[in-house]
Amino acid sequence: MKNLISMRDVSKEEILKLIDLADKIERKEITVDMTGKLAALLFFEPSTRTHFSFETAVKKLGGNTFSMSGTSSTSVKKGETLADTLMTISMYADIIVMRHIIEGAARFASETVDIPVINAGDGTNQHPTQAMLDLYSVQKTQGTLNNLTVGMVGDLRLGRTVHSLAQALSDFNPKFYFASPRHLQMPGYIKDDLKAKNIEFTELEDIKEVMHELDIMYVTRIQKERFAVLEDYEKVKDSYIISKKLLEGVKSNFKVLHPLPRVNEITKDVDDTEYAYYFQQARNGVFMRQAIITELLNLIPR
Amino acid sequence: MNKEQLKVDPIKNGTVIDHITAGKALQVAEILNIPNSEREIMIGVNLSSRKMGKKDIIKIENRELSKEEAGSIALISPTATLIVIRDYKVINKFGVDIPEEIHQHVICPNTACITNIEAVETRFELAGKTPIEVRCSYCEKKYFIDEVKFRF
Repeated sequence: MKNLISMRDVSKEEILKLIDLADKIERKEITVDMTGKLAALLFFEPSTRTHFSFETAVKKLGGNTFSMSGTSSTSVKKGETLADTLMTISMYADIIVMRHIIEGAARFASETVDIPVINAGDGTNQHPTQAMLDLYSVQKTQGTLNNLTVGMVGDLRLGRTVHSLAQALSDFNPKFYFASPRHLQMPGYIKDDLKAKNIEFTELEDIKEVMHELDIMYVTRIQKERFAVLEDYEKVKDSYIISKKLLEGVKSNFKVLHPLPRVNEITKDVDDTEYAYYFQQARNGVFMRQAIITELLNLIPR
Repeated sequence: MNKEQLKVDPIKNGTVIDHITAGKALQVAEILNIPNSEREIMIGVNLSSRKMGKKDIIKIENRELSKEEAGSIALISPTATLIVIRDYKVINKFGVDIPEEIHQHVICPNTACITNIEAVETRFELAGKTPIEVRCSYCEKKYFIDEVKFRF
């Protein structure tokens, strides 16, 4: 593995290898030393959460970072091409972590520079480290990735995290329930991919009726600004709020995941239940990002 | 040689592109850069065909096509057949294959795609055959072939 650009490039074996590595790092079974190495964190599109997570991961490995957030004060504004910016930075850094609003920017970066590139989000396209930390969270809570029943709730049309997770899990024989308002349904191309792999999925408007079947519920935020008519939003918003009451009668291994930030789609009273897992999920992100950097920089002690 | 083909003169050496989807000959001609060619070329549009009802045909003197060119023709008209002629004789006749990967010629319709912003050669992979679908290797969006534009 030289870069991490898209979950489409990551094989089932590589997923399992990274999960195993993250687990060993979390348990301190191995020590990875990134001393003397420098990660360039290039957030052309700002994202505090992902930025901090990567920064934590690099520093916990003993490495160092330099960062950019936004494009207002950079060479980008002076009209330098992305290729030139990246080439120059690759002369300083050992690895590039990049978020950009332009789709395909990370793939382009990986083809431009000789050092490893990690895609930290390219527009509406991919966010593979999020998908990997979601998989790690599923593995940790369920003990397996195989044969799970997963409910995805909220805005399934534009949420790239649910797209990547659905695709990544499709190698592990899942059963999916997709609950969303009608015009925020899972896009056709994702459903086509699932059909091609014979993955069972059901689309519904209310998750309530299948709660007792779920191992994992992945919740995403329904964004008010996506609705043309406010009344339409008002109509659906409450059917996708996950409250403690909704969780009555779920399986004992059941967990709620959310990529965060949350607004009101999971009520506060869920936080104290044994089913809430979203903050641990964020913590898992650091271990998984440590594992990905370790793998790409070949830091694993032999 | 049947009656339909006799409507235009046979060629001595070169290539006949037969069974082009009716109306697509000019697009195929553009792919092959025919408007800028000095060669003798005959283009037939909406000729009657027993097999297809209507078809287009292109005859090019003194030119044999590369595999890549044949692949590009397949994107526009997968039904096309290439007939290689030497000394008025049919030397070879074969259908065109859609390539698994298309470099440079397809323009990504996604305006937020890096290929429309930085100077980078486009790359598409074949994502479906009936109907033909292609996926941009950069932004990963999938399109039906009718939705994309070509650049030659």
